[in-house]
Amino acid sequence: MAEASVQQAHVHAPPEGFIRKNVFSLDHKVIGKQYYGLALLAVFTGMALSWLMRFHLVWPNAKIFGLELLSKNGAPGGVITPEYYLSLLTMHGTLMVFFVLTNAPFAGFGNYFLPIQIGAEDMAFPRFNMMSFWVTFVAFLVLFTAFFIPDGPPTSGWTAYAPLSAVGSDAGPGLGWGQNLWAISISLFCIGQLLGSLNFISTTLDLRAKGMTLMRMPICTWAWFITSCIGLLAFAVLLPACLLLILDRMAGTSFFIPAGLVLSDRLQNHAGGSPLLWQHLFWFFGHPEVYIAILPAMGIVSHVLITSMRKPLLSAKVIIYSMMSIGFLSWMVWGHHMFVSGMNPFSSLLFSFPTLTITIPATIMTLIWLGSLYGANIRITAASLFALGFISMFVSGGVSGFFLAQPSIDIYLHATYFVVGHFHMVMGVAAIFGILSGTYFWFPKMSGRMMNETLGKLHFWITFIGTYCIFMPFHYLGIVGNVRRYSSFVNDYMAPLIPLHKFITVAALITGAAQFIFLYNLIHSRFRGKPAPENPWDGTSLEWTIPSPPPWNNFGGKHPVVYHDSYQYGVKGSKGDYVMQDSPEQIVTG
Amino acid sequence: MIMSTTTFPPTPAQAPPSPPGGNAIKISVRAKPRSPDASRSGIWVGIFAITMSFAAFTSALFVRQGSGDWTHLAVPPLLYVNTVVLLISSFTLEISHRTIARGLEVEASALRSSLRWLSVTLALGLTFVAGQYLAWRKLAAQGLYLATNPNSSFFYVFTGMHGLHVLGGIAALAYLIGRLTGSRSAFRLSTFDATAIYWHFMGGLWLYLLLLIRTRL
Repeated sequence: MAEASVQQAHVHAPPEGFIRKNVFSLDHKVIGKQYYGLALLAVFTGMALSWLMRFHLVWPNAKIFGLELLSKNGAPGGVITPEYYLSLLTMHGTLMVFFVLTNAPFAGFGNYFLPIQIGAEDMAFPRFNMMSFWVTFVAFLVLFTAFFIPDGPPTSGWTAYAPLSAVGSDAGPGLGWGQNLWAISISLFCIGQLLGSLNFISTTLDLRAKGMTLMRMPICTWAWFITSCIGLLAFAVLLPACLLLILDRMAGTSFFIPAGLVLSDRLQNHAGGSPLLWQHLFWFFGHPEVYIAILPAMGIVSHVLITSMRKPLLSAKVIIYSMMSIGFLSWMVWGHHMFVSGMNPFSSLLFSFPTLTITIPATIMTLIWLGSLYGANIRITAASLFALGFISMFVSGGVSGFFLAQPSIDIYLHATYFVVGHFHMVMGVAAIFGILSGTYFWFPKMSGRMMNETLGKLHFWITFIGTYCIFMPFHYLGIVGNVRRYSSFVNDYMAPLIPLHKFITVAALITGAAQFIFLYNLIHSRFRGKPAPENPWDGTSLEWTIPSPPPWNNFGGKHPVVYHDSYQYGVKGSKGDYVMQDSPEQIVTG
Repeated sequence: MIMSTTTFPPTPAQAPPSPPGGNAIKISVRAKPRSPDASRSGIWVGIFAITMSFAAFTSALFVRQGSGDWTHLAVPPLLYVNTVVLLISSFTLEISHRTIARGLEVEASALRSSLRWLSVTLALGLTFVAGQYLAWRKLAAQGLYLATNPNSSFFYVFTGMHGLHVLGGIAALAYLIGRLTGSRSAFRLSTFDATAIYWHFMGGLWLYLLLLIRTRL
């Protein structure tokens, strides 16, 4: 008969053996690093693709060495075809949005630091956590396979608009098995993220240490928590959408394919489907996805800024409430991606209003960051520079959002470089700055070694200036009518823009090259860096109370007790101008 | 005896002593608020996500319905039989659950009874899935396949997705039976709680889908 033992839900024995320790690990820290590593692989692949695109745009007839080996049809003689340009674009977007901007700031850092920051030994469901990563990894492999199949990667963009994405190989190269692989990959990715979000929510609700009330959690913990709530609902919608897309493609149904389509001289055997349905389902996920990318970055940046400023924000609570309202409003704005889709113009107005409303919490957050910086004696490190850079990118990219949120202006700017510039700055590069800030900040904790600060600052300045050189001109290009997704320019009204495109391409090549400084710094510091102390930045949250790197069960079997809010800076403590969260000492202000 | 003042974590010394007879099962009951057992909240989070997925399917149905090729689908009567089977299985599971959830220590007879009702639930669950499959066969016999018309597409999608989720519940039931019969297994009541909540939710979800199928397809 069964004999009971009181068993702890989330405690697992120290793993033995290489595979259990490093590959199929249940440890949230290893899983976090795996996500980060996968994001690193994806971001450098995605960057290489953008290089190819930028290169082809301005030197359309130049041969690119070795590209023919990758795709004989896509780049005959090393010259990119217009279709292959779209394939590169699709893969760039998909890799960056899903496998970089979701994986690194949310799944990567979140997995590593959320349990530590709330004083837990691990996630609530370590097995789900492991599954979450490996499903995501398989999703990555499935997507990556599309490069090597004869059909080539899909050409329908990361948004995979139907019916182009739904009809199959008759629609052109990449839309046969390439698009199938895309749909399967994204479905798997959704499953991985759902498991991850479930874990984040349960862990935050149930596994907090004694004294760790919700409002005592650090801002980044809050950001991951809110993000997981968004992710849970967003990916729960994208998954059904992808399943219906797969059925349209493979089982002959007509969810998204209208009647009467003739492609490659063949009448498609579909009828009655609604292409708008795909856009609705996709953007219902797609807009919250933007916040899945940016909220963790906002959390990380707040965390880093406070530690660097040595004083609390004007109001951490308002930052948290603003993040909540952004999360809430993110569900009401998806239609602003569809102003030109033929949707009822009245509903455009309805979507425009909450879109403009979102700028209020976003502006409040920005003002809090800037207001808190006033008079702060900030410690300039690579981490704090990237945090400041984030604010700059977020503001510069966000301002163009005011224009795009209004249907009348968006009709003119839609599908131009203005939009591309807007989202690359506000969610792409800004989130990347958040990731980089987090990397420079937490690398000592994660690896036990310090990163090189000089290289870090060099990396920042080239990236910061380079990014502005790349994406600010995009706005100008958009206003003068440069349409996105064109693979080259004929000698028409766009011809005078080619010199500007050349400048952008050179800036992209230089900025991209600067990322190898970061990669070198990362790898070199991992093995040769100066050993890191327990608390190199004089932080107050729980991750700085444990050794660098943390032991497998985080707190060495002890159970931390939390006495203070997360950011007790600018006070007289026993260690200096701060008091750790788990320190029982009384706080003397002044 | 319920550990109402459990410290975090319960060390072996604080665990209740083994019963002298050795034929009773002890269940670790974690008392709030310092409960480290997350399956109870986890299952609600999961249910939230599943609800969202089916809301997405539903909205797809409403949008797709607007096209001109919407027809009508005669619901196979077998679906009603399946519905009754699934609802009864919720009752049998609840009997099993309540038998074991009464206290920290469960007598061997109560455990046997609980196991019996759990097995009945499992059998009913499998019957439901088999019944749904038969309903598919009946539709196919009428020439209605997945891609025949939008109504049949949605029918297969709804029943198929629900069936997959029920299979997940069946796996959880089988796991529970394994834990309860295993010789030296640790058994957590929260796993049972979570399974029961999930199973009841499957019943509720099916009623909703049946209503949708009945009125819209």
